[in-house]
Amino acid sequence: MYPKRETRSAKMARDNEEKSRTGDKYSILLPTYNERENLPIIIWLICQYLDTSGFNYEIIVIDDGSPDGTLDVAKQLQKIYGEDKIVLRPREKKLGLGTAYIHGMKHASGNFIVIMDADLSHHPKFIPEFIKLQKEGDYDLVSGTRYIGNGGVYGWDFKRKLVSRGANFLTQLLLRPGASDLTGSFRLYKKSVLENLVARCVSKGYVFQMEMIIRARQLNYTIGEVPITFVDRVYGESKLGGSEIIQFAKSLLHLFATT
Amino acid sequence: MAFTKLQQWLLALATFSGFWATLVAKAAQPQHFLHKHEFLVLALPVILIGLFGIYAVFTVLYRVFTFNNCEEAAEELNKQIKQARKDLTSKGFSFEKVK
Repeated sequence: MYPKRETRSAKMARDNEEKSRTGDKYSILLPTYNERENLPIIIWLICQYLDTSGFNYEIIVIDDGSPDGTLDVAKQLQKIYGEDKIVLRPREKKLGLGTAYIHGMKHASGNFIVIMDADLSHHPKFIPEFIKLQKEGDYDLVSGTRYIGNGGVYGWDFKRKLVSRGANFLTQLLLRPGASDLTGSFRLYKKSVLENLVARCVSKGYVFQMEMIIRARQLNYTIGEVPITFVDRVYGESKLGGSEIIQFAKSLLHLFATT
Repeated sequence: MAFTKLQQWLLALATFSGFWATLVAKAAQPQHFLHKHEFLVLALPVILIGLFGIYAVFTVLYRVFTFNNCEEAAEELNKQIKQARKDLTSKGFSFEKVK
């Protein structure tokens, strides 16, 4: 008697089962504020890519009291995808990014945490790449980078690119962090590593991401990097104003003197 | 405890200053071969800083001009946004604002 030929879908199901049997679970933290338009798309994309790759995951939405009804949108999505996939952990009002991660992590059941922006500038298709690289090198954290390989940006003019490259050059020179993208916020962490780092970081805003990776180097954590494309869909509005640059310079000097 | 980055820089700076001071002292002696190049020796820190400045400007500009523009990524995303809206609507999701 011939052994039954395995169908393709049966093989895929078996592969997927094997992946979840490793016991790894990925908790994706999505801090949101007025992301009513983007949240359904980003969640659809995450599910699309992670369901096909077969990893065990959950999405934790941390909405900071968005007036545009982001939370209602999240509730609708929860009905479609289920409460085990979409976890809602809203907060009353806008609080810092660092506390959003602490808040989200408290409720995370995964042993790995993915952090990303919910505004579609970070594409979920890179998450399986992060996971693959993490497994290959058993890295403590994997960081997306716009600055090497096929990485890049969309929607940035000359000035924005110049400020970005200039700031990066200066930071690399002064801090030698062992990672090429310091201010990016698309990363995969081992949960214990993220907990340890968040507890040590004091910066606010996007500088927080830089401090996280510098502290990671200081604590001798291993860092892997995956080139990512960053699609900026907000035209004409530069997020790098004078106050951001001053804040950046201050943190840079602080880290220069203390790490 | 390991040195901070600031201490590392100060250490390197001190080392270089010591080395440079020796050169200056040697160049000040008329019989030393460096005496003919005394101006060059005195200007050494300025020259090095200038050279580094040129390197920095060219490196940053080169990286700005070779910064990838991800046109395909933006196109792909726009397509997927349409797909997502269609698929989610078919699953009963409403994109209209409630209330």
